[in-house]
Amino acid sequence: MALTQTPALEPGADKTMILNMGPQHPSTHGVLRLVVEIDGETIVRIMPDIGYLHTGIEKTTEAKFYQQVVPLTDRIDYLCPMTNNLAYCLAVEKLLGLEIPKRAQWIRVMMNEITRINSHLVWLGTHALDIGAMSVFLYCFREREDVLRLFEMVAGQRMMTSYFRIGGVALDLPLGFLERVKAFADRFPSNVDEYENLLTNNPIWINRLKGVAKISAEDAIALGTTGPTLRASGIDIDLRRDAPYSGYENFQFKVPVGKEGDVYERYLLRVQELRESVGIVKQALEGMPEGSIKADAPKVVLPDREKMKTQMESLIYHFKIITEGFTVPEGEVYQAVESPRGEMGYYIVSDGTAKPYRVHMRSPSFANLQALPKMCEGRLIADVVAAIGSIDIVLGDVDR
Amino acid sequence: MALAPAITDIDQLKDKPEVAALVGWNAAAVQSAKFDRNELTVWIARDQIVPACLFLRDHPTLQFNMLSDVTAVDWYPSEPRFEVVYQLLSIARKARLRLKVKLASDDTRIGSVISVWPSCNFFEREVFDLFGIQFEGHPFLKRIMLPDDWKGHPLRKDYPVEGYR
Repeated sequence: MALTQTPALEPGADKTMILNMGPQHPSTHGVLRLVVEIDGETIVRIMPDIGYLHTGIEKTTEAKFYQQVVPLTDRIDYLCPMTNNLAYCLAVEKLLGLEIPKRAQWIRVMMNEITRINSHLVWLGTHALDIGAMSVFLYCFREREDVLRLFEMVAGQRMMTSYFRIGGVALDLPLGFLERVKAFADRFPSNVDEYENLLTNNPIWINRLKGVAKISAEDAIALGTTGPTLRASGIDIDLRRDAPYSGYENFQFKVPVGKEGDVYERYLLRVQELRESVGIVKQALEGMPEGSIKADAPKVVLPDREKMKTQMESLIYHFKIITEGFTVPEGEVYQAVESPRGEMGYYIVSDGTAKPYRVHMRSPSFANLQALPKMCEGRLIADVVAAIGSIDIVLGDVDR
Repeated sequence: MALAPAITDIDQLKDKPEVAALVGWNAAAVQSAKFDRNELTVWIARDQIVPACLFLRDHPTLQFNMLSDVTAVDWYPSEPRFEVVYQLLSIARKARLRLKVKLASDDTRIGSVISVWPSCNFFEREVFDLFGIQFEGHPFLKRIMLPDDWKGHPLRKDYPVEGYR
């Protein structure tokens, strides 16, 4: 990460120069440093330099009980906390062989899609801001405020929600929550129309985005990109549909696939995903089952407060889980979910104790960032900003 | 939902196309295999990992065209100490496969699969940075997360987590 990497990009013989971009740069969406070799305005080489936000989360998890890792996962990709929670909880549940009640699954799917809307709104707002369309940012953050209020209502927290638990969710939905989600879901498609009115046919937007930072399907696969970045190049894969988890097989939704593989196509796909996500939220609202929100596993799932105060056994279980954690059978799993950015995978190794032996996060931003040099080389320096925006990286997710 | 016991017998796992193909390709390269929690893991001999990856990528029916992830696990103090873990994904078949390579603590070199999947670039650098595993043939094997002058590899189990440095 440090400066000594720069010599890999020595200035060329006579006409090129090295330009340092970031880590404190408004359009790198965090602390990303790019070392760019330019020939006039044209990019010859580009090298991302990361690690400024590395906090050693993978090492920290090894000292925590399984249930204590959930709040850490929020902080990896801070724009989609619930997706991280979900991936981690699903992985541990797979290790335990735990069955999750229908209602908890539905709540998870609903919250996960609301999280996707939140993430895409931040992406759209900041991306448009980079390109120079300031007003879209204000509109997007207006709706994002609604989403954050929903988060606050359900989890007590606006950003680091930590709402999911191993075996279910923390609390049942509060009174009046579903009505507010419904009001939001009914209103939101017209908001998306509003954004599209401002952007989709805007000649400046099209000129800045169309044909920029193209990547072919072969390159996109070879460089390990996933999510909208891969789908924009024409590869039809979405883990929600192709490897369903948490009851996604019960929902109908379209997977938008592009073919151009440029920035404009990625923009179109994400806007369509916003609409599909609202559709999933609506389906979850309509079909929300009654029942328990936690799995029937007293050794893993904390008992209800009410039972704890009246039943000796529940009190003992509560005490044991809090003080000693719960043991997880030996083994290893890799659980991947479709995050707003792509394949988010949790690889967990258990050695049979109450603390994970190893937790590795396969973060989509980390892999997608590798495609940046391929997208930018040979193009103008102004396109770098559009390219970074279009792969939608979150530096917390890149560095962990 | 009780967990089914893991299947570790290679002969029993021959009905999995991945295991059958790998054993048919080079039986000596396949050290062992495990089918647990619906996930298939195959241990590959260290010197065969690059050809094995190439074989799996170009196989007409298996088509593992994408490398999802590379990471490692430290089993300190037991030997062989390290396991390098590759998560493969076949986009066409929507199938996954996990490859593992065991490495002894005194010889942590392994071939880089960068010629097969360029996407392993950052992943291998991360494993090098945090575990100290040498990927031979990697064009730019430098620290990626930590500063260049950092000492030690933090994800190793014998790396101190408290005290002064």
